[in-house]
Amino acid sequence: MKAKIGTNLEKVLQAGHFAVTVEVGPPRGGNPEVIKKKAGILRGIADAYNVTDNQTAVVRMSSLAGAKILYDEGLEPVMQMTVRDRNRLALQSDLLGAWALGIRNCLCLSGDHQKAGAGGKLKGHPGAKNVYDLDSVQLISVLKGLRDEGFQLSGDSVEQPVPFFIGAAWTPLSPPEDFRVLRLAKKIEAGADFIQTQAVFDVQRFKQAVEKAHEMGLTEKTAILAGIIVPRSAGMLKYMNNNVPGVEVPKELIHRLREAKDVQDEAFKVSVELIESVRSIPGIKGVHLQAIEAEEILPSIVEKAKLLPRPKI
Amino acid sequence: MIIGEWKPISEIIAKLLGYKKLLVVGCATCMAECAAGGEKEVETLAPLLKMAMQKNGQPIDIITKTLERQCEEEFIEELTPMAPKVEVIISIACGIGVQAVAERFPEIEVYPGVNTTSLAVREEPGLWAARCEACGDCILSETFGLCPIARCAKGLLNGPCGGTRKDGKCEVNEEVDCVWDLIVERARARGRLKDLLKIRKAKEWSNSRHGGPKRMLREDLRV
Ligand code: SF4
Ligand code: SF4
Repeated sequence: MKAKIGTNLEKVLQAGHFAVTVEVGPPRGGNPEVIKKKAGILRGIADAYNVTDNQTAVVRMSSLAGAKILYDEGLEPVMQMTVRDRNRLALQSDLLGAWALGIRNCLCLSGDHQKAGAGGKLKGHPGAKNVYDLDSVQLISVLKGLRDEGFQLSGDSVEQPVPFFIGAAWTPLSPPEDFRVLRLAKKIEAGADFIQTQAVFDVQRFKQAVEKAHEMGLTEKTAILAGIIVPRSAGMLKYMNNNVPGVEVPKELIHRLREAKDVQDEAFKVSVELIESVRSIPGIKGVHLQAIEAEEILPSIVEKAKLLPRPKI
Repeated sequence: MIIGEWKPISEIIAKLLGYKKLLVVGCATCMAECAAGGEKEVETLAPLLKMAMQKNGQPIDIITKTLERQCEEEFIEELTPMAPKVEVIISIACGIGVQAVAERFPEIEVYPGVNTTSLAVREEPGLWAARCEACGDCILSETFGLCPIARCAKGLLNGPCGGTRKDGKCEVNEEVDCVWDLIVERARARGRLKDLLKIRKAKEWSNSRHGGPKRMLREDLRV
């Protein structure tokens, strides 16, 4: 992998460091202070910060705006972009706008279907029209075209190339399981420079999937960052195991949190252990950490996992 | 076939308030096949409406008719003697039938009694499922005869998304198979999994509704 863009994330990976990215969820309102506050808590613990795009199909501050706020705070953003809400015109125009504002990492996703937003306490917008003009693989191709050819999807010129460091997701444990590595190969062929995976709890199964990717030479062509969600309780793990596609939580882990005297302390230990065990898998180049609406615990986890200080390149 | 389902009776009744003479028209083709708008459904709906209107203190006279095909002029002509006798028509044909009747009798209110939902097959007795969205650029040859436009909740061309459930169902509906899981299985069974490695490019939508209302002209058939 040659440095193409010069983002911090790209340089850290290229220098062979074990990379850390962290997820920052934007607020359901328009207050920029929410993001600035998270930036203050998370500063210095990661190489780049993902800003989610209406995750779980709930309307939030746009990932583009959130990414720009982080950028202004001096944190390098990864703008997440789903193909659920925007057609090929809107996606490309937002990409150009994001680039103009200094955003250089972009993660291409399908996005949760709009029906997903109507869970729990929220109403969401299940009656929305779904767009899906492109799929995530095609969005990756669009970014590659903007960067390497200087062309929009249509073939129209963008005058000067618009280079992004291109990311994609991988859910290795969803069925059809043996096809998942082939789909990963498609994303890499389309242009994915880095991959952030679905949350890993079953390290053994994850390792087997990564081994296949490794054998196919995919781990040389792209940088795979293993997704780690900081657990909060046994109930949350059980819920994710049953309801979040591609998330497999071993029974022992659920049991361990259920039996723990101090759940928070145990969850902390579990997170650190998960980071350490994915780190030892050949072909894994970093971790992508998520502590959903509990970002304040991440700095100590990253510290305990001996991933601090982050390299300065 | 085209499938549809009855609108809630209360929604139909709300449209009928103030009228005294109603014609309920069905269609013996698709809507009869999917048990929403054939003769049987016409003869079930009419008394239900009559009772509901009576209960509302708004008695209404109802006549009924089921046409062979409500989307074709020569069949719609059968309504000509009846139309002048009524103030309002409820059609329980698909949206095409409703519009065809409304076009023939512009002076009468024509309301739909059915929500038209999809182009579908009957999978089992009493169960219909979408098969086609009339996208105008059929790609079934590339997806082993399974349509991801109509059957994948995200219409993905390079699926499956990460949302396939453990049992192979779609993230959006636990009753519906992830069509991409089915496509992969069928490709595998035919020994052609590698066909799915090809990146399918962005779809051309301009021959569907997205390119403006669709019109099809066949010069050879015009008189
Ligand atoms: S690809 Fe298009 S035309 Fe073919 S079955 Fe699917 S929706 Fe219908
Ligand atoms: S689970 Fe399967 S059918 Fe459902 S949206 Fe994803 S790829 Fe499409």
